[in-house]
Amino acid sequence: MEINATLIGQLITFAILVWFIMKYVWPPISKAMQEREKNIAAGLEAAERSKRELDAAQHKAISIIHDAKRDASHVVESAHKRSVQILEEAKDAAREEGNRLIAHAKNEIEREVTQAKDVLRKQLSQLAVQGAEKIIKHNLDAAKQKALLDEFVAEL
Amino acid sequence: MSQLPGNYIEHHLEHLQLNLNTFTMGNGGFWTLNLDTFIVGLITALLIGGLFRYVAVNMTVGVPGCLQNFVEACIGFVDRTVRDTYHGKSQLIAPLALTLFLWIFLMNTLDLLPVDFIPSLMQMMGVQHFKIVPTADPNMTFSMSITVFCLILFYNFTVKGWHLGKEVLTKPFGPWLFPVNIFFRLLEELVKPFSLALRLFGNMFAGELIFVLIAMLPWWSQWLPGGIWAIFHILIITVQAFIFMMLTIVYLSMAHDSH
Repeated sequence: MEINATLIGQLITFAILVWFIMKYVWPPISKAMQEREKNIAAGLEAAERSKRELDAAQHKAISIIHDAKRDASHVVESAHKRSVQILEEAKDAAREEGNRLIAHAKNEIEREVTQAKDVLRKQLSQLAVQGAEKIIKHNLDAAKQKALLDEFVAEL
Repeated sequence: MSQLPGNYIEHHLEHLQLNLNTFTMGNGGFWTLNLDTFIVGLITALLIGGLFRYVAVNMTVGVPGCLQNFVEACIGFVDRTVRDTYHGKSQLIAPLALTLFLWIFLMNTLDLLPVDFIPSLMQMMGVQHFKIVPTADPNMTFSMSITVFCLILFYNFTVKGWHLGKEVLTKPFGPWLFPVNIFFRLLEELVKPFSLALRLFGNMFAGELIFVLIAMLPWWSQWLPGGIWAIFHILIITVQAFIFMMLTIVYLSMAHDSH
């Protein structure tokens, strides 16, 4: 063990190494490390924030779905009501139409009955005249017969 | 083993020396350069500087690779340690601590190479002596502790200014005992570089010596004590590097804060 000039040599080596580390090694590495720390912190914060946002969005979506369900049930209910209403209306209209048709048919029938009665009456009168003519041809003149018949027809 | 035990140990404790007066191999008093210490120190320094510079240049903020992870772990560890103890503004302390830790650690690690491996290689190349562990050379440890000592003085003077005079005169026994105070303070400061340097040197030198002694056992019995000592030495290597770094930080933060 002896102290000699090696001490000076090592001093210089050491000083240069420290200077080099201080100047060219420490700053870039520690800067990058700090930057990464910042990035990680920012990333964590962003994750937290997006989680909160996701929660909010989920709540919003649920409330929207609720609203939509309520609206839909409203729509269905009103449609149901409306259909019932339409059905009732249609029934009423059909009933009315039926009544109308029935009334019309009755009128027609009545009219035709009347017509038929007229025709029958005429034919009956003719038949009666013919029959009477045949009978009376034997014992009455035409003028008296006509007067009798007219009277008869008028009475009919 | 063909040599005598004494020769063998002596052989292992001698440096490869360059006489700076005449630039020939050999001892030249103070103006001697321990080439082995110097060269190994230089190589390890270049290794650390190169590796860390390489990582610093290829640094990415994104996902770090294996090497970057290692370097970041080192820097994060040192940075945390420094921040826990030192509260000043100096940008020098943390890089200094990192350098001390890495360099000492790497140089200490060379102790785990088989004691005869490098010297035998060197002998094949015609070099008689080669001590591979620079931290087992007091020149190495003192060069670092003296740097730390100079920094302690520098920060004491620049940070405290006139308060330093007051502190030296009045602490710890009050103003009336100022000669005692001065004596204590001088002792306290002067002991620091010695304790730093000698602790590291002592541990590494003793460790190396024990490896040398183990190497003198018969070859078939070396593995047990050698293995145990090597495993234990891993702890010593790390702890000594850490202690040197930690005490440097503590001393420098003491130089910043008033007592």
